[in-house]
Amino acid sequence: MTNMTAAPVRGLHGSYDFHDLGRLISLMTGAEKHAPAAHSTTDALWVLYDRVLRVTPATADDPGRDRFLLSKGHGPMAYYAVLAAHGFFDEEVLRGFGTYGSPLGHHPDRLLVPGAEIGSGSLGHGLPLAVGTVLGLRAQGLTDPRVWVLVGDAELDEGSNHEAIAHAGPAGLEQLHTLVIDNASATHGWPGGIASRFEAAGWSAATVDGRDHEALYAAFTAPHPGRPRAVVARVEPKR
Amino acid sequence: MDTMRDRFITTTSQLLEEEPRLAVVLADISADGFAPARRAHPDRVINVGIREQLLIGAGAGMALTGMRPIMHTFASFLVERPFEQVKLDFGHQGVGGILVSAGGSYDWPAGGFTHMSPGDVALLDTLEGWTVHVPGHPDEAEALLRGAVDGDDRVYVRLSLQANREARPVGGDGGFSVVREGRAGTVVAVGPMLDNVLTATEGLDVSVLYATTVRPFDAAGLRRAVGAGASAGAGADVVIVEPYLAGTSTARANEALMEVPHRVLGLGVGRAELRRYGQLDEHLAAHGLDAPGLRERITGFLRG
Repeated sequence: MTNMTAAPVRGLHGSYDFHDLGRLISLMTGAEKHAPAAHSTTDALWVLYDRVLRVTPATADDPGRDRFLLSKGHGPMAYYAVLAAHGFFDEEVLRGFGTYGSPLGHHPDRLLVPGAEIGSGSLGHGLPLAVGTVLGLRAQGLTDPRVWVLVGDAELDEGSNHEAIAHAGPAGLEQLHTLVIDNASATHGWPGGIASRFEAAGWSAATVDGRDHEALYAAFTAPHPGRPRAVVARVEPKR
Repeated sequence: MDTMRDRFITTTSQLLEEEPRLAVVLADISADGFAPARRAHPDRVINVGIREQLLIGAGAGMALTGMRPIMHTFASFLVERPFEQVKLDFGHQGVGGILVSAGGSYDWPAGGFTHMSPGDVALLDTLEGWTVHVPGHPDEAEALLRGAVDGDDRVYVRLSLQANREARPVGGDGGFSVVREGRAGTVVAVGPMLDNVLTATEGLDVSVLYATTVRPFDAAGLRRAVGAGASAGAGADVVIVEPYLAGTSTARANEALMEVPHRVLGLGVGRAELRRYGQLDEHLAAHGLDAPGLRERITGFLRG
């Protein structure tokens, strides 16, 4: 079921593997408040960067790269750890987390963090930006790059996301992928399930165990011709 | 004469042919006018429906990929409703784009306060790095728009049904132009306020400056204009007449004149909600922005 206890698998992009993430995250001290948020994304982020996204430090400015937009900017420690593990910056940078001289804040800033496509923290901005990124790529004939955006289930409460979901389905934005990390933290929950909201708007959607790397990989890479794709990754509830 | 909004549609449709980076994002407003352009450029003319947060976010996303987006709807829905998107998706992300509004402060008075936006420029003024154009004529709107499309920065173009009879040259350094010279004070007329200001100041010994680009504020131009009176020991009396919230540019004028004894009167739309329908002229008069209202307040201030 879960890869947490499986034998280490070497990453494609460097000398780090999934089991290094805990140590890398532990280098960032002082943000205990957001620790559950960070750990909820660890597995999904790892699988994305290790096996799915076609972007490296060398191609970080290539127009043809895949884009990953971290919309849920709360608790970005797992994100920073994954970026460090993939060589976007040295792991020593992690130690400065949240300090005045560090590029790594408790919410990421794209102008400061190597490899970060957007700055986030205020909820509900990433998915509309991802829609526009797909539209911008398409307008330039770049139909190959895929755009991923990670949102939280509580972040999905923001109405701006629903403007984006409702537009992207009928517009057939096949390059768009939304990863929803569902740790059941939305105040009123999502009766009928989160995936049903995407499906009703014309998306391809799947719900998987957010700790199961093979299930995540299969959901991330399933074909969805003519439609945007949503993957709801369920992890243990926040409380 | 066509309206500024008509001219925006024809000019932008033409620019889409010439500038491959240009994209237009709409939220149903003006969608009919852009229908031919959308047929010609379906990937660069996007109508997201009545979704103003997405309008701004999607435009910013296009900018992240290197496109030059124009986002357009009525001012209240373009600047006020999705203001945090304007602030974060452009400013914080460090990308540029062009906001083009229609409706001005009260272009459709019968529509009521929901469609009025006298506070748009003041609100945008809380952000850094936005150029603000307030054309006073469709020809000026076209010139300012063409200049904006060439750049990479953040630009707001505020279009209105209110216009001056004659177009004046715009562009260049974006500074205020001198329309009339006088010694007893300086009146800055912003965009469509020029005709009323010229009528209101007939026979008065004042300088009149015309401003179609209010941000950045032409501090040097204002200092030059007040220079003569101020150096004669009379100090500087400055009136700023703006077609949006009264006092929006007063702080900028005060900064510009820091080294000079001065008084500034900011005229524009009052803060209190009028709760009246009717016609544009009636709203201008109610806010004291018709020629008689302006004359009374300008002469009263200069006597003071």
